[in-house]
Amino acid sequence: MASYFMQTQRLSFAVSCVVLATAATFTGCSKNAAPSGEPAAPSTEPGAAPSAEPVADRVIAIDGSSTVFPITEAVAEEFQKENRAKVTIGVSGTGGGFKKFCAGEIAIAGASRPIKPTEETACSAAKIEYIELPVAYDGLAVVTHPKNTWAKSLTVAELKKIWEPEAQGKLLKWSQVRPGFPDKPLRLFGPGVDSGSYDYFTKAVVGEEHKSRGDYTSSEDDNVLVKGISTDKLALGFFGFSYYFENKDSLKLVPIDDGIAENGAGAIAPSHETIEKGSYQPLSRPIFIYVSKQAVERKEVRDFVGFYLNEGIKLIEEVGYVKLPEDAYKLARARFEQRTPGSLFAGAGSKVGVTVTDLLAGK
Amino acid sequence: MQMAAAARPESATRRSRVKGQSRLMSERILESLLVLSGLVSVLTTAGILYVLAWETVQFFSEVSLIEFLTGLEWTPLFADARFGILPLLMGTMLTSGIALVVAVPFGLMAAIYLSEFAPSKLRRVLKPALEMLAGVPTIVYGYFALVFLTPLLQSVVPGLSGFNALSAGIVMGIMITPMISSLSEDALSAVSNNLREAAYGLGSTKLSAIFRVVVPAATSGVVASIILALSRAVGETMIVAIAAGQQPRFTLDPRVPIETMTTYIVQISMGDVPAGTLEYRTIFAVGSTLFLMTFAMNVLSQRLARRFRER
Repeated sequence: MASYFMQTQRLSFAVSCVVLATAATFTGCSKNAAPSGEPAAPSTEPGAAPSAEPVADRVIAIDGSSTVFPITEAVAEEFQKENRAKVTIGVSGTGGGFKKFCAGEIAIAGASRPIKPTEETACSAAKIEYIELPVAYDGLAVVTHPKNTWAKSLTVAELKKIWEPEAQGKLLKWSQVRPGFPDKPLRLFGPGVDSGSYDYFTKAVVGEEHKSRGDYTSSEDDNVLVKGISTDKLALGFFGFSYYFENKDSLKLVPIDDGIAENGAGAIAPSHETIEKGSYQPLSRPIFIYVSKQAVERKEVRDFVGFYLNEGIKLIEEVGYVKLPEDAYKLARARFEQRTPGSLFAGAGSKVGVTVTDLLAGK
Repeated sequence: MQMAAAARPESATRRSRVKGQSRLMSERILESLLVLSGLVSVLTTAGILYVLAWETVQFFSEVSLIEFLTGLEWTPLFADARFGILPLLMGTMLTSGIALVVAVPFGLMAAIYLSEFAPSKLRRVLKPALEMLAGVPTIVYGYFALVFLTPLLQSVVPGLSGFNALSAGIVMGIMITPMISSLSEDALSAVSNNLREAAYGLGSTKLSAIFRVVVPAATSGVVASIILALSRAVGETMIVAIAAGQQPRFTLDPRVPIETMTTYIVQISMGDVPAGTLEYRTIFAVGSTLFLMTFAMNVLSQRLARRFRER
């Protein structure tokens, strides 16, 4: 009887843990699990609060984009080697992260797009101020199964045709994308609607943020997408470049032609070079961390963000991302030192094809 | 206790009276504890039903019941939100149907063997061994489907996606086989030997006695076991969430990613849909539908089983 539903409920949490756990070894499910019995670390900063502060405060709770997650995870791993603070990182997607961030549940939100006006409203309603810090560039990789022989490149117009809301229930075969492609079903995979990658992709390709067809396999967990595409010869999907980088052998990149000669003629595949130079357009973008100003009062959060912007950037290429220019990091550090609040994007959401240095310099 | 008291002659009556009082007391406490623990589950059920009904009613104040029951598209999270549950229902029916196709023949044949052919020693080993299948954690089944069965099937079935209803359904069938075999075996064994002997007396062979007499006599029990297994399959979550995909699709093609009602609930509770929104209430509407389905099946199965016991 009712036990069936109860079971569903219980399992649903369990499965979320499990599905998350497939991603990597992180603590998505231990929501703010306080380390028990951990002695307070001796304070190294002169004049800092005495070590009587509660142990739970030493947990740095982070959530948000699955695209930013690999960087934050690598940084947290290094950071925790030298510091007593415990870092917990969830992957609820950029939107999910901001929901928690603006509810004051977490100290830092990872974001693969700038904060949106609605989210800003939620934050200011809760009196939460934030510092927006760009940390790296990421490309959105469009990928297929390695045995796909026909999709050697796609144009932005073709991507739009595939993903726009009007395609729902209508564009179902490869042959409808381009004459000459096989007359076989097209199986689509993409990030869930809470994800910044989804927002950015829809903005850059469909033209309107958060608008796309709904009949595709959508998951906030990029590993589910990797699994789905790498096991389906008729699949097409997109997600952050680093997930391609990690799974190169089981996926195939599709170069994208934006039809604008200034960015490099013809179809261009994402790589560290093309993303850094900005020739992989329109699908490369900066990614961010948002730090709560209240949380910065805590020493361990301050230390962590400082570590992120200095030692942390050395790890960025290791995990498959593209570093920002050195100037941009200098400006980001200054922004953090001065605790400059607010967004460089003036709450307008994603901008396509901007350079971070220009934004930070206030151009 | 009384006997122990009587065995000791010394001031036995007084002590037993005192003991009797304290026993009365402890019995009362025990009884109320038992009632209380019984109430816990009743109240929990009531609470769940209440929440389920409340959120569902609110959901239907915004979405028409007709759209919910007849719409062919389920995209509640997207800009162009549609609330037709049929794709999810179809996903559930498809995986459960495949599971039954696997489980009914194997389960029934196993039950017939256990009840009619297996020597009792062998049965005492075989039955628990088969029931162990039901004890395997469903997460294990899920990954078994995803990383073992699907690649295997892909070499046979053309156009099979990495996530598909087929392998999830087959593995789910393996999971519910012991339910059918075990309960059906009970039903078959309960058929009176008089019937078997009468059949032999009329010159039946063993096979015709089984299929003409014993199995028909146990029909209601067998059907009850199948319905119970079906309701288990409908409510199964982990296997389909892992192996069947996450794309609501109104199709009977078992080769492509689909989404079941349970997977949808998982997907939403995993993401961060804020409480109190329409998107959030969709999981209660889906949950209610699921609940009504399994509830109806369980009631039906109990009715059938009762009828079978009355015989």
